[in-house]
Amino acid sequence: MDILQITDLHKHFGGKEVLKGLTLSVPEHSIFGFIGKNGAGKTTTMKMILGLLKADAGTITVAGENVVYGQTSVNRQIGYLPDVPEFYPFMTAREYLSFCGEITEMNPGEIRTRSRELLELVGLGSEKHRIKGFSRGMMQRLGIAQALLHRPKLLICDEPTSALDPVGRKEILELLLTVRKQTTVLFSTHILSDVERICTDVAFLNNGAVHLKGALADIMQKYRTEEYILEPENVADLAILRQAFPGMGPINGNQLHFSQKVCNLFDVLAFTADRRIPLTKLERLEPSLESLFMQLVRPLDARA
Amino acid sequence: MRSLLAFMKKEWMEQIRCGRLIILGILFVLLGIMNPAAAKLTPWLLEIMADSLAESGITVTEVTVSALDSWTQFFKNLPLGLIAFVLLQSSIFTKEYDTGTLMLVFTKGFNRMKALAAKASMLLLFWSAGYWLCFGITYCYNAYFWDNSTAHSLMPAAACWWVFGLWVITLCVLFSVQAKSNLSVLAGTGSIVLLFFLLGMFPQCREYVPTALTDGASLIYGARTMQVYLFPLILTVILCIFCLAISIPLFHTKKL
Repeated sequence: MDILQITDLHKHFGGKEVLKGLTLSVPEHSIFGFIGKNGAGKTTTMKMILGLLKADAGTITVAGENVVYGQTSVNRQIGYLPDVPEFYPFMTAREYLSFCGEITEMNPGEIRTRSRELLELVGLGSEKHRIKGFSRGMMQRLGIAQALLHRPKLLICDEPTSALDPVGRKEILELLLTVRKQTTVLFSTHILSDVERICTDVAFLNNGAVHLKGALADIMQKYRTEEYILEPENVADLAILRQAFPGMGPINGNQLHFSQKVCNLFDVLAFTADRRIPLTKLERLEPSLESLFMQLVRPLDARA
Repeated sequence: MRSLLAFMKKEWMEQIRCGRLIILGILFVLLGIMNPAAAKLTPWLLEIMADSLAESGITVTEVTVSALDSWTQFFKNLPLGLIAFVLLQSSIFTKEYDTGTLMLVFTKGFNRMKALAAKASMLLLFWSAGYWLCFGITYCYNAYFWDNSTAHSLMPAAACWWVFGLWVITLCVLFSVQAKSNLSVLAGTGSIVLLFFLLGMFPQCREYVPTALTDGASLIYGARTMQVYLFPLILTVILCIFCLAISIPLFHTKKL
């Protein structure tokens, strides 16, 4: 079942059309990576899901309920973590969670239990100071706790790691992996290594529309190319190999790169065995999200 | 209802912990004390200044003060209290727009109407508490030193000024709903109040504008009757309701 369904969403600011018929569905209990360049329209889409921005056209449903601009009842199904979350600085973390629980009309016992659980989960269990003294990483961790407090069906994280140092980033990604059991995570980012690390599904947003979407494993499989890197032990063997297989291209140091289309892998292996060429490395190249993203973005940018 | 009370509790906590309520409390207590103190000290001050005044040709005879002088001072000092109140509270909405704290609250499904109701009611409550605290302190001192019964229609006069304050605060709420900075809130509120003050300078309008309610001294001296104040009182109450009513749809469509 899809927890979020966006159909033909359009939005323009002044003369600039930011979203041009965005269509997207997010399956339940996935960690959905929403990938796009800065200014691609990720935050605009998320604010529309939250009913904070009015769509020019299109529909958004969260857990089967239609999102209406300015009305926030659907948001009871959603937890939201902005890129730089801001909380009331005069409160402590526990007081803030208690306030969040009360405004969502959770019962007092559940607020206490859930606050304790979540503060422990995000590593703020023993924090007694007011929020005004919190570091950016602590704010982000409190952000996850407040977003999960009311057990939302969908957790929306808008570039949650972009403002953090490597340690903070690692902590947040691990937390998002942990909370997958409880909810569905929609995670916008332009940091592709974060997506590769935790996401189950992805969608690439470019020029106001989704250009590729699906399960990350399927996409990687689909775009996998039969390309290899070969590294002989002796540099002198590079010339022998290139003479036998002209399709091989040199890359840095003593490595050669070849494609299955040009040089058959088994022919290469048979040749090296026959000539007793010692190898230190034979590696199948896995496509990276970065190369995939660049492939998708470049032709469109060139057209634009 | 629970969520509304929770938001009001947050407002209360913010006012206390950020020191705004303490500043307002001190201000209204001081204003309350200053009114009878100024009246009480007037004869003594004139006595000290008698010699220098005599040199200028002014003869100071024996000055007797009463509760009326203290109440006159009360109505003169109230604008100071109201201006300080508006200055301190003008960022109650705009600061939250600026930091994004209110947006996070709305992303949890909290109704915008409730946020508006909580903030507006807390402002009206704080103004009422401060105003009547100031009134109470002046009343007690006046009762101790003189006799409050010399002032005609004291309660209606005080109520008129209180309603005028409520109107200024609802204007502040209306501008806060749309403005991006507290300076815009102050400019908007100030402009409307100034406009009505200017209108009040025309004899034809004097008795019909909300600013007519600030002339409490005429009531306590018996120069005017309460009937004169009925029209501006009703008009001001209507304007208060209008400001709050128009704030609701504006706040619902406010881009955060």
